[in-house]
Amino acid sequence: MRRLGGGALLALAAVQGAASASARPMLYEWGAYPEALAAHLREAGGDAARQAARLEQQLQRTAAAGRAVPPGLHAHLALLHAQLGNDAKAVEHLRAEKALYPESARYMDSLLANTRRQPADAAAEAPK
Amino acid sequence: MSRVLRGAAMTLAVALGGLLGGCATVDKAPADPWPALREARPTSVLVLPPVNDSPDVLAPGSVMAQAVLPLAERGYYVFPVALSNETLRLNGVQTPRDAQDISPQRLREVFGADAALYLQVRAYGSVYRVISAESVTTVDARLVDLRDGRTLWTGSATASSAEQRGGQQGGLSSLLLLAIIEQVASNFSDLNQEVAGAAMRRLLAGPSPRGLLPGPRGPPPRSGARP
Repeated sequence: MRRLGGGALLALAAVQGAASASARPMLYEWGAYPEALAAHLREAGGDAARQAARLEQQLQRTAAAGRAVPPGLHAHLALLHAQLGNDAKAVEHLRAEKALYPESARYMDSLLANTRRQPADAAAEAPK
Repeated sequence: MSRVLRGAAMTLAVALGGLLGGCATVDKAPADPWPALREARPTSVLVLPPVNDSPDVLAPGSVMAQAVLPLAERGYYVFPVALSNETLRLNGVQTPRDAQDISPQRLREVFGADAALYLQVRAYGSVYRVISAESVTTVDARLVDLRDGRTLWTGSATASSAEQRGGQQGGLSSLLLLAIIEQVASNFSDLNQEVAGAAMRRLLAGPSPRGLLPGPRGPPPRSGARP
């Protein structure tokens, strides 16, 4: 039998452990997003300004680290900005979501069309 | 001498573990339980508001939020849940039941999603036993192809804060365990969220073949095996 050094053994065990626990590297940099999402969905909107600021910072950190932005983060930021009455920012993030994830194109396009027609509509408060 | 033996035994155990792991997950997978899912190859998933059977009003929001990460990490585009909720609400859809009653065709028209995930929260939050309280989440799920209405996959998972005490198989992660230790005294609602997260990871990121197949954005299969 081949002899493995302690380091190799450890590494192998680590790989094995990672495989069985699905602890492989994440596809996306989630950062502050899951917490913001949970707060938004549980607290009927929560503090949109605070969440938007946190997620904008998160995007900067993610870009600096060269990591991938998870699906929905830009779109969620668009919702927060729309609720805050900042339609230009909302449009920017809807476009970013669509550019990053073409799967969202139909939905993003319809939201963008709505935003152009009736900016105030998108600023409606969050669902209970 | 004994150290060498121990080393060899460990090497063997690790190698055996790898072998067994490989067999169980890829090589000798039994007949594909979800041929429709494999054939349909959905790329995007709309998570609909969960129907809530539990008495906790926070359950649907928690479960919905906790569905996003495991589903996206599985390789699917997940529609932005807070935004899609808002779209449904602005279109007069008041309850999760109403949302889940919308026809697949209509959902496809509005969102352009390939598939929708229908969730039902069977249990959430505190369950009181004779001598202790635990937090439990149980969720049933159904993935439906919005292009033809076919059910592609169904699953059910449960997680409990009591798992670490019982020493049962498939215990919660050490991270969750830490979270429980830190939070149990302060905030039960946070504990409930952690447990809901564990249940959703189990539901959506569990091992093949019962678990959801990896989506197109997922990581490549391990050790060069083909799915």
